[in-house]
Amino acid sequence: MNQLTTPAPTFFSERLSQLASALNPQKLLKMTIIPFVAILMFLLLWSAGASQVQTSLGVFPGPAKVWQQTQSLWQEHQAERVKEVAFYERLQKRIDKAVAAGKPEQKIERLRNRQYTGKETFIDQVLTSLITVATGFLLASLFAIPLGIIIGMNHTIYSAFNPIIQLLKPVSPLAWLPLVTMVVSAVYVSADPMFSKSFLTSAITVTLCCLWPTIINTAVGVAGVDKDLLNVSRVLRLGWFTKTVKIVLPSSIPMMFTGLRLSLSIGWMVLIAAEMLAQNPGLGKFVWDEFQNGSSNSLARIMVAVIAIGFIGFLLDRGMLSLQKIVSWDKNAILR
Amino acid sequence: MNKYLEIDHVSITFPTDNGPLNVLDGVNLKLDQGEFVTLIGHSGCGKSTVLNIVAGLLQASEGGVVLEAKEVNEPGPDRAVVFQHHSLMPWLSVYDNVRLAVDQVFKKTKSKQERHQWTLHNLELVHMEHALERKPDEISGGMKQRVGIARALAMEPKVLLMDEPFGALDSLTRTHMQDSLMEIQARLKNTVIMITHDVDEAVLLSDRIIMMTNGPSAKVGEILDIDLPRPRDRLALAENPTYNHYRAEVVRFLHERHLQKGLDQNDSSNEKEQAMPRDISDNEPHEPPVRLAS
Repeated sequence: MNQLTTPAPTFFSERLSQLASALNPQKLLKMTIIPFVAILMFLLLWSAGASQVQTSLGVFPGPAKVWQQTQSLWQEHQAERVKEVAFYERLQKRIDKAVAAGKPEQKIERLRNRQYTGKETFIDQVLTSLITVATGFLLASLFAIPLGIIIGMNHTIYSAFNPIIQLLKPVSPLAWLPLVTMVVSAVYVSADPMFSKSFLTSAITVTLCCLWPTIINTAVGVAGVDKDLLNVSRVLRLGWFTKTVKIVLPSSIPMMFTGLRLSLSIGWMVLIAAEMLAQNPGLGKFVWDEFQNGSSNSLARIMVAVIAIGFIGFLLDRGMLSLQKIVSWDKNAILR
Repeated sequence: MNKYLEIDHVSITFPTDNGPLNVLDGVNLKLDQGEFVTLIGHSGCGKSTVLNIVAGLLQASEGGVVLEAKEVNEPGPDRAVVFQHHSLMPWLSVYDNVRLAVDQVFKKTKSKQERHQWTLHNLELVHMEHALERKPDEISGGMKQRVGIARALAMEPKVLLMDEPFGALDSLTRTHMQDSLMEIQARLKNTVIMITHDVDEAVLLSDRIIMMTNGPSAKVGEILDIDLPRPRDRLALAENPTYNHYRAEVVRFLHERHLQKGLDQNDSSNEKEQAMPRDISDNEPHEPPVRLAS
């Protein structure tokens, strides 16, 4: 059946024409120059406005100060990495020495297990945040997608779940957090914990807030399968499983992804608040620590975090959008 | 003697917010094997309901459908349906849409290779072999309907049910589709029930035209046997007096129903409107058909 796939030459010529239309001067103006001018004006306004705001920690940071702090955060990160490398080099020397001196195996093992315990840098915190949100989001999706499918397929189950979902959906993450914290402390008791409690608390809070949009949108997608297509499946006498896999799931994928995208952006917002309060070493904790620190650089450093949070949130959403475009059959749908 | 397909005193009543609504009232129809029958009537007269009951998608409140001496009351591939709005899976290619049906119907009786050949064969039958890998969104309305027909034919149905299959197409495409359908019908000799609004289409394609009375409580009004030799050629028939006579018969029936519908509506919606002269008594709003079904 593969003899009919698009031949390579047409593919290239299509790409070429796409490129040509992208280089069309009017489009170029719209796509690059206008956003560039808008950002420039935003920076100017920010700069002008910030200098008017006097706080107890000095003048509100303008773009220049924030840029300077961005560089300084990056330098701190690199300095920390250098220290880490040096630490492991020293450690290796000690191990070699101990082995050469014929020290007992136990002592050498203890040395080997020693970890670098330097201060987390901004980049480490960004990574922690990403891992936490990914965990919470995946956990939520794992529950929400099957639940959404079941709810969407059966009207009775829908009416059973609907009031509960509607009630829990608007609950703020801050209300969940104390409960989650207590439950995690009570349930997750282990001598050698694989995850820290703060990580679990933050991830589970993200999960609790991520569940709802995915459940609701999946259920709506599943319930909204074209009647004609269901009639086709009845005429063909498709079994329950085949019907779900071949008809219900594919046709609800666009809605499912709408839900997943909403969930991920909510999850990212929730995460920052959860990390602040749970003291999970991520971006939320960074913001909180800088706030408590109260140095003359703190506001600028928080501003760096704000921009990073926004930028990462944007990238996460774009990532989900590209995924949605790949898996969605409805190529005509306008996704933005 | 039992006929191939019998629609036996079928009535159906739907519950609505304003009480039960009797849509069909004792519809009777018998079909021979290989017969091409069209149902014609005004909108809302229950043509689609008849088709859906034969398909098993709806259950008759009274009466039933007997196919080859067996009662049918659930959907199955032996009564394949071609829907008005193609109803192809938009995420599957043309080939995969037909293959889905073939795999389901012949999963035990045909090998993989045979199913592949059978899928291709049916798509060739409707002249769609050039677009196997296209998605439904990438082909025209007429082509989608061709694939829908191929999918239905691929199920090797005993009865092919078509619910206004060409209703959404432009007239030129419709003409092509009708010719294709006649060509396929000449080769395969399927038993077909087709719903249409188009008088020319009905006369051109059918062996018999079933004209239905207006709903609610619709029944078979008149049955018109179309005794024209096959193969039929639309250009030659345009001058043919018999063809034009049949055409006029159908138009006359529909026109009479239309007038009556107008009276019925005045009757129910505006009691005070008495200006219009009427020759139908108020006790009998549903005038019995001029010529009863045989």
